[in-house]
Amino acid sequence: MDKYVLIPLLPLTAFVINIIFGKWIIKEKAHWIAILAVLGSFAIAVSAFLEVLSGKVINYDVYNWIVSGNFKVTVGFLIDQLTAIMLIVVTSVSLLVHIYSVGYMHGDGGYYRFFAYLSLFTFSMLMLVMGNNLLQLYFGWEAVGLCSYFLIGFWYEKKSAADAGKKAFIVNRFGDFGFGIGVIMIFLMLGSLHYTEIFGKIGTLQGQAINILGYNVDLITLIALLLFCGAVGKSAQIPLHVWLPDAMEGPTPVSALIHAATMVTAGVFMVARFNPIFNLSETAMNVVALTGAITSLFAATIALVQNDIKRIVAYSTVSQLGYMFLACGVGAYGAGIFHLYTHAYFKALLFLGAGSVMHAMAGELDIQKMGGLKKYMPVTYWTFLIASLSIAGIPGLAGFFSKDEILWLAYNHGTVGKIVWAMGTAVAALTAFYSFRIIFLAFHGTFRGTHEQEHHLHESPKAMTMPLMILAVGAVAAGWVGIPAALGGSNAIAHFFEPVLGHPHVTAAHEEEYMVMGISIAAAIGGIFVSWIFYSLKPEIPKNLAVKFKSIYTTLWNKYYVDELYDFIIVRPVKWTATNILVAVTDGKIIEGIVNGVPAAIRNFGERLRKLQTGYLQHYALSMALGVFVILTLVLIAKGR
Amino acid sequence: MGGAMVPLEWYIGLSAVIFIIGVAGFMIRKNIIIMLMSIELMLNAVNISLVAFSHYLQDLRGQVMVFFIITVAAAEAAIGLAILVSLFKNKAAVHTDEIIEMKG
Amino acid sequence: MLPKLFFGYFAIVMIALSLAVITRRNPVHSVLWMLVLFFHIAGLYLFLNAEFLAAVQIILYAGAILVLFLFVIMMFNLKEELTAERFIGEWPIGVALGISILMLMFFSMSKITTGPPGQYTIEAIKAETHTKAIGKVLYTEYLFPFEIASLILLIAIVGAIVLAKKRG
Repeated sequence: MDKYVLIPLLPLTAFVINIIFGKWIIKEKAHWIAILAVLGSFAIAVSAFLEVLSGKVINYDVYNWIVSGNFKVTVGFLIDQLTAIMLIVVTSVSLLVHIYSVGYMHGDGGYYRFFAYLSLFTFSMLMLVMGNNLLQLYFGWEAVGLCSYFLIGFWYEKKSAADAGKKAFIVNRFGDFGFGIGVIMIFLMLGSLHYTEIFGKIGTLQGQAINILGYNVDLITLIALLLFCGAVGKSAQIPLHVWLPDAMEGPTPVSALIHAATMVTAGVFMVARFNPIFNLSETAMNVVALTGAITSLFAATIALVQNDIKRIVAYSTVSQLGYMFLACGVGAYGAGIFHLYTHAYFKALLFLGAGSVMHAMAGELDIQKMGGLKKYMPVTYWTFLIASLSIAGIPGLAGFFSKDEILWLAYNHGTVGKIVWAMGTAVAALTAFYSFRIIFLAFHGTFRGTHEQEHHLHESPKAMTMPLMILAVGAVAAGWVGIPAALGGSNAIAHFFEPVLGHPHVTAAHEEEYMVMGISIAAAIGGIFVSWIFYSLKPEIPKNLAVKFKSIYTTLWNKYYVDELYDFIIVRPVKWTATNILVAVTDGKIIEGIVNGVPAAIRNFGERLRKLQTGYLQHYALSMALGVFVILTLVLIAKGR
Repeated sequence: MGGAMVPLEWYIGLSAVIFIIGVAGFMIRKNIIIMLMSIELMLNAVNISLVAFSHYLQDLRGQVMVFFIITVAAAEAAIGLAILVSLFKNKAAVHTDEIIEMKG
Repeated sequence: MLPKLFFGYFAIVMIALSLAVITRRNPVHSVLWMLVLFFHIAGLYLFLNAEFLAAVQIILYAGAILVLFLFVIMMFNLKEELTAERFIGEWPIGVALGISILMLMFFSMSKITTGPPGQYTIEAIKAETHTKAIGKVLYTEYLFPFEIASLILLIAIVGAIVLAKKRG
């Protein structure tokens, strides 16, 4: 037993204590246990990070979980550069969200339940990032999904919340199905689930193909794409992005922690972790890059017209996750994880700021009904502004450095790279635009809500503003570890990641780097400027545009009708099949038809069939024994061949 | 002791016979108490084979399994008999032909 | 030769006792035959150098579980039991099925292949004593399952009390 075990164990303990004793004994003090546990994890994570920084990589097994023949699964921890940075992100954001929740969830009936789930989530996420084998990753993967389901549907009395929870869970099933097959294939082909063994042996599969329905498919490409399937679901990429915006039905701290900063980035983490596999398949890499770029552009355009403050931020999350995949797809895993790390701070800040606004507006989410909040809630305003500047990519702030690194490395990556670079730059402009749309509509101008709401406006309590201020520091300074050489920095973080994630070879000159940087800065400032004209200077322009380009506007407003499309091609056919074929035809016509058609035989058979349901225990036991007999016989025949 | 001088198959065969007697007892007796005892018989049969395997393979894990099976058997007997007691109190029934509410 | 004779005695007696358990009309007799059977199983464990398990078998099965059965039987009307039909009407089917499965088991027994032997030879266990050796495995490799087993027992206690307590 050593200290690393405690990192996930402390939140687990907090969960167990809160869920058992929370309802009767702990009640309103539930946050103490949870916060202390996360604080402990954070402290140990920092010390682990320092050890990694000095060059040590921790990799050991704690416990034999399953041993069966040559199938061996252990619970073990791998803390290398990648895990260390994830540990810092997860524990620090989690800690701040815990503190914020003390103010936000105050007086809620499920107070202890909320903190118990938050602890469970932290535990699961830590298991996910710390595991040294695939099955443990899979365990954490499913466990965070479960927590996400619990927390989206936290206010389960509300139908929309319960539905959103189910939607998240079901949509994720699609991705996880592929991921599960990928895990099984890795075990079948390589005979191990340990990272070190997988990465050591993966080269032997190179060039091998597998025959599926007559097509020869490259084995490594197949495995990589199956793994990516899981990432698409968890990180809400096209076509499985539909669950994330709906997930905003959960409490806002949950949106910040799970659906922005940590869980949804698990997909990016996984792709980066398996970079030795992805690197061997160019097809898979291009799929990753293009999926990321398309998702990024797609979500950014939707965010342009939405009015629900949390949904805008949610689509911005989808868009930024696309950015990270774009980075992974061009081989710039380090830049992707760097963006993950800076994004965690400014996006958590945006969400918590949105929560603070909601708190003041008594749950109102529509930015058209806000305005002029700047003077009522100065702390929220300034921190929100910093986060928006950071996400827009204004030089000097965290978002700028990571975004610039991604775009620069994409630019260097052949034809595909150039395409995704162009898309990424467009997204940068759109991001700046919609981020500042919130600022101008909600915080500037005059208040457009009701008088009661105006009377109620106030700054949030200390427990909520303090995390905002700390996160604001992160949103400014988190990027300073990655100042590129072109700006006189040392890009320390890229060198830090190099042993695990590698670093793409850059041939282009500094001049081109300045050009790429200049274009993205121009895009950011242009986006902000247009937003200022539209929503502050001449508010009639967007209205006129909406009327003039009505079809485009409604398409965007309805999120490209993806939900409707899925409803049309999946949900309705399934329901239709159920009611019209299974109930009406199968039950009504076929079964009844047979029964009426050959009555004598069926009555005879039915009498015997009914006899099976005699209610006698023994008859059930007899049929069970008969089943055993039949199965044993079949197995013996099959083996005897 | 010279357990190893008897072939392993003999133990497995004995275990199989006792297991099947347990299965048969469970299937043909009406009295629920006897049925529960048949379950104990089956568990014991499995234990015999596990101990025999453990002895022949010189691996103690088989005996640890037996230990766990005994634990589960104790729990199962306690719960099974408690269900039986409440069944007897509510319906005065100990025979399976007296509890056929599931009849189709 | 002697061990085989010894085993033969055990096998025949154990099969006979098992048959007695499932065929006796009076449940008390069944329990008593089962007691004798458990002593024989414990003897077989001794024969296989599993002293600790032999002790557990007697203490737990004979001492605790069977006594529990006896307690419950005392609640019933034995007179009625002695006149009631013992077997279900379809008992030949059950017996036939049992025999068929048994045949399959014997048939497949020739296919058993054993893996490589482990480190716990009889001499090693004797040197360490059986209880200590099994305790070492139990408390290191199987510590978590062991803890879970204790939880199962706790649940069984609570469950049994809840189920069997008086209503109201």
